[in-house]
Amino acid sequence: MNPTATPARRPLHPPPVSASPFPYHPGSLLSAEDLTLEDLSRILARATALEAMDPLVRARLLAHRRVALLFYEASTRTRTSFELAAKGLGADTTLVSSLSSSIEKGETLKDTGLTLRSLGAETIILRHNSSGAPWLLEAETRLPVLNAGDGMHEHPTQALLDLRTILAHLKPTAKTLTAKTLAGFTLTIAGDILHSRVARSNMMLLPRLGARVLLCGPKELLPELAAATRPGIAIERDFDAALRQSQAVMMLRIQAERLEGVQLDLEEYKANYQLTGQRLAVHAPAALVMHPGPIIRGLELTAGVADGPQSVILEQVRNGVAIRMAVVERALTATARPATNKGGRA
Amino acid sequence: MTALVIRGGRLIDPAAGVDALKDILLKDGRVAEVAAPGKLKQANGAQKLDAKGLIVAPGLIDIHVHLREPGQGYKETIASGTAAAAAGGFTAVAAMPNTIPVNDSPEITRWMQAPERGAFVRVFPIAAATRGSKGDALNDYAALKSAGAVAVTDDGRPILKDNIMRETLAAAARVGLTVIQHAEDTRLTQGASMNAGPTAFRLGLRGMPAEAESGMVERDIRLVTELRDARAHLHVAHTSTAAAIAAVRQARRNGLRVTCEVAPHHFLLTEEHVGLYNTNAKMNPPLRSAADRDAMIAAILDGVVDAIATDHAPHALHEKEVEFENAPNGITGLEAALGLSLRWLHKEWKMPLGRVLSLLSAQPAALLGLKGRGTLTVGSFADVVVFDPKAEWTYNALDTKSKSRNTPFDGWTMQGKVRWTISEGRVAYASKGREANANPA
Repeated sequence: MNPTATPARRPLHPPPVSASPFPYHPGSLLSAEDLTLEDLSRILARATALEAMDPLVRARLLAHRRVALLFYEASTRTRTSFELAAKGLGADTTLVSSLSSSIEKGETLKDTGLTLRSLGAETIILRHNSSGAPWLLEAETRLPVLNAGDGMHEHPTQALLDLRTILAHLKPTAKTLTAKTLAGFTLTIAGDILHSRVARSNMMLLPRLGARVLLCGPKELLPELAAATRPGIAIERDFDAALRQSQAVMMLRIQAERLEGVQLDLEEYKANYQLTGQRLAVHAPAALVMHPGPIIRGLELTAGVADGPQSVILEQVRNGVAIRMAVVERALTATARPATNKGGRA
Repeated sequence: MTALVIRGGRLIDPAAGVDALKDILLKDGRVAEVAAPGKLKQANGAQKLDAKGLIVAPGLIDIHVHLREPGQGYKETIASGTAAAAAGGFTAVAAMPNTIPVNDSPEITRWMQAPERGAFVRVFPIAAATRGSKGDALNDYAALKSAGAVAVTDDGRPILKDNIMRETLAAAARVGLTVIQHAEDTRLTQGASMNAGPTAFRLGLRGMPAEAESGMVERDIRLVTELRDARAHLHVAHTSTAAAIAAVRQARRNGLRVTCEVAPHHFLLTEEHVGLYNTNAKMNPPLRSAADRDAMIAAILDGVVDAIATDHAPHALHEKEVEFENAPNGITGLEAALGLSLRWLHKEWKMPLGRVLSLLSAQPAALLGLKGRGTLTVGSFADVVVFDPKAEWTYNALDTKSKSRNTPFDGWTMQGKVRWTISEGRVAYASKGREANANPA
């Protein structure tokens, strides 16, 4: 008899998984998954409006409101663009980074968050090396929290700016987003998917607009189960085949700081997955080339591709400021949650 | 010592094959007499507990708890942990050796059992298998056994080296001790904080593969097979994967002395209960897939599982209020085990009461060779739980007698309310309104 076989019996009905453990602040942006299509349309429209607005008028919108940037990891693009976005709306910003604060002395995320709240912070923009940290900060401070990247988990504003970049090129007239806005569009995300919060946020977001997301990379950086994350996602390990199906390709950096023992033959990796001018010309001569940065020239893509005519990498960076203006404004203007919602984790 | 009579209850003593209305007389810490209602011969002058409508059963035995003493009294003490045990209907607990310092000596083993610890119920220390639980040098099992240790284990630091595990099994067998293994190939779980699978991928958390558990169980069973003639006894702690259960099932068919326990959270919860980084759903082994959880239920129902054990692992609030990856592993379990087992195994999945109680008393007692425990035959220890099987109640973590309240079962509906827990003839716990009947220690 097969020892793994379980005897036939009537179906079991185990306890269900309870719903969301605490209500979010409506101004929080923790996961790309939390945004409805309506939220998305509103944020994108607002980004466009704010970008076009007279800077002097714009600077009065959040005059003297207090925005804290709490950064536990190095960042150039995200930190600067959040800061410029908040300042562009007139808000006062303060930066707390793990290397020059009491975090070095062992202060916990909870206490750092409560301290910032007591100092008058009305929203906290958090970059953290640990997946899920923004949920902890939200639960403990009850402030609107903007996730600026948590571990290997999510980077929702990056997905939003990627969406804005894609729409600008493929659907410049789209106003209201629907489940079909990106029907027929395929994006290949190539490289270190396993450790990428950018990949996860895009995987959570783009398929809901009808896009198809192809994941491409070696097994060490792209486990098979990634395809099961949600419908609309598939794995194509042949980079050239993936490129041939795609209208955009997003290259990811190998995250050396998160590899933890994964052994990679870089020469082999480059042979299979580096985006070169030749590869692009043969297989995807019209595709957008995207990258969340930082780019490592000569590794995941060549300098020629990064600087080439198909590259929208710097456009993505510019879109970051507009998107983050909309998201910061949303954080500070959303109605606070009803007092009856006490929240707190179960 | 005062004599105590428990009258009019339904006595369920699975080891003795009893399920009937009985009166029971406890005297000098032992069961003195069991008789049909009103027929006790020696009950004169004894204090009486009215158990009408209640179930009277052997006190529950949890063979896997962390009492945190010595060394981490801010999480739990032997006194607070055993108070929680008594509130949960337990009259004996086996305490894991991952204390500070590690319990690898007869001195600490005796210290844990000393009256000064103020234990409410009996504590059976489980000693470290190797010096400092470092997995290198074996401890003196004969000395540990005579100091009161009932088994050996390196618990959270599993013995990886084949030769050390083989020596451990052989040496423990020579003195008649069980070897308990927390089966985890820690080389496969570095930096991981939940079960490996689609949920971990989605949450951006590193995962512990099921093979880290089952591979270690399979390795240990190979060693027990080699030591078949020595009658080595391997007990697999907190089994959580279908593959590990399958390996145990097969080992039993092959006539090996291999036993296993399952914790309530592993037969009730899945990795989905991690939700959005709930640190009270983080433990090791982690909550697994639905298929694994279903395999735990099936194995309990069909008898492969020998004991329900809680892996009660208290941690202070501040330790769990941190990033998921930084939070320590473990949840409390003593006060929820009976209520969850009755609610789900008995009520929902129709396991007979006697079998549920057996998994919580008679079988764990037999597994560790705890003589006179897990049964209420005359002469046994007067370890009794009296509970109302019909009472439904809501578990509130704030009401715990433990020093910690890291439980994923806060707010859950429980079935069966403990009215009294009697440890060696003394009332160790009485529910609200029944304290008047409590017997001063």
